[in-house]
Amino acid sequence: MKKINKNAWVSDLFQLFVEAKVTLFPYIPDAGNAKLIELAEAHSDTRPVLLTSEEEGVAICAGADLVGERGVLCMQSSGVGNCPNFLSFVSGGNFPILMMVSMRGDYGEQNPWQYPMGSAVEPILKAMGVLTFRVDKRQDLEGAAVASLSASGKGGQAAALILGQRFLGAKAF
Amino acid sequence: MQLPDVALDRKEVLSFLIPSMKNILFIAGLAGSSKDAAGLTNDGDNLFTMAGCMGAAVSMGLGVALCAPKKNVVVITGDGELLMNLGSLASVANMAPENLSILCIDNGCHGETGGQVGHTSKSTDLAKIAEGAGFTSVMVLAKQEELEAGAKFLVRAKPPRFLLVRVTDSPPTNFKRNLDPAQCRIRFRQAYLMDQSK
Repeated sequence: MKKINKNAWVSDLFQLFVEAKVTLFPYIPDAGNAKLIELAEAHSDTRPVLLTSEEEGVAICAGADLVGERGVLCMQSSGVGNCPNFLSFVSGGNFPILMMVSMRGDYGEQNPWQYPMGSAVEPILKAMGVLTFRVDKRQDLEGAAVASLSASGKGGQAAALILGQRFLGAKAF
Repeated sequence: MQLPDVALDRKEVLSFLIPSMKNILFIAGLAGSSKDAAGLTNDGDNLFTMAGCMGAAVSMGLGVALCAPKKNVVVITGDGELLMNLGSLASVANMAPENLSILCIDNGCHGETGGQVGHTSKSTDLAKIAEGAGFTSVMVLAKQEELEAGAKFLVRAKPPRFLLVRVTDSPPTNFKRNLDPAQCRIRFRQAYLMDQSK
C-alpha cells in the first residue's frame, strides 16, 4: 500500500513562500509549523529565527521590510494575544507583514485552556487591521496562501494565513 | 532618583560613542532614546525611531541586521524599554548577527512618564542579563573618561555587542522628530534601497 505523506502540503506552502521571496521565518515552535521551520532551516535562501515571544517577530518582520526583505511570522493561535501592541506600528506605519497562525481552541479542541485565545484570534487581528485568510480544507490552502502573500506583497497590507484545526487536525488529550 | 557613581549627561554621550555614522543604520526605542538618536542623526533617513510599541527596538534592529548584512546596525534603547522585552536579548545572542550593537541608555527611571523609579536603580543589572542571554561582548560605562573606550567597543568588540551607558536622570535631547511611522518607514526604506542600487 502506498504511504500517504500527510505533510505534503507543508512543502507546497514553503515553495509558495520561497517563490514570493520570503527569506526570514521568525517563529515560536508549534506542531503546526514544525515541518515548515525544518524546511526553512534546510533551504539556502531562508532562515528561521527562534523567538521568546511572538511580538518579537512582528518587529523583526518590520525590520526586514525596512531594508526591502520579507518575513513570515509563524506561531500558534495563543501567540496572537502577545502581538497587538506591536501591531500598532504595523497599522500606523503600513508595514505589510505576514503571519502564519496554526490554530488551537478551534474545531475538535479538547484542551479548555485553548478556547479563549482561539476564539479571539480573528477579532484581535481584525481590530489591529490585519487581513485574515483562513484554511479549513486542504483545497483552501494554495488559494489562501497566495492571497495572503499578494495582500502582504504588492497589496501593501498586513495579512495572516490562518490554518484551522479542521485542516491541521486536533491534538488528543 | 539618581544612580550612584554616575555623572554622565545623556545628551552628551551619543556623539562621543558614535563619532562616525558612515554605513550605520539606527533603530531607536521610544521616548528619550529616540530623541537622543534623532539629535545625533538630525532625524536622518538612516534612523527609524518609535514613539510607542515599548520593547520593540531590539527586535526591529535584529530584523534589519539579519536582512542588511553589509550595514552596521545600532539599536539605541533605554532601561525601561529594554526591560519590557528582555527575551529579545536571548534571540539576538543566539542568532549572533555580526553587524548588530545594542546601546542601552540607563537612567534608572521612566523619564517620559515623570521620572518614576525603575528596576535598574535598585537590584536589576541589565549588563548581567545581557551576559546571561549569551552576549559575548558586554561593556558598562558611567564616566566621561570611559567614553573613548566605549566608542572603540562599538567598532572592535566581537559582535553582537551590548553597551550599557549609565547616565543621570537629566532630560533627553530636545529634538522634534517626525512621529508619522508611515512617512518614517518610506524614508528609511527608500534611502536604504537607493544606497544599495548604487
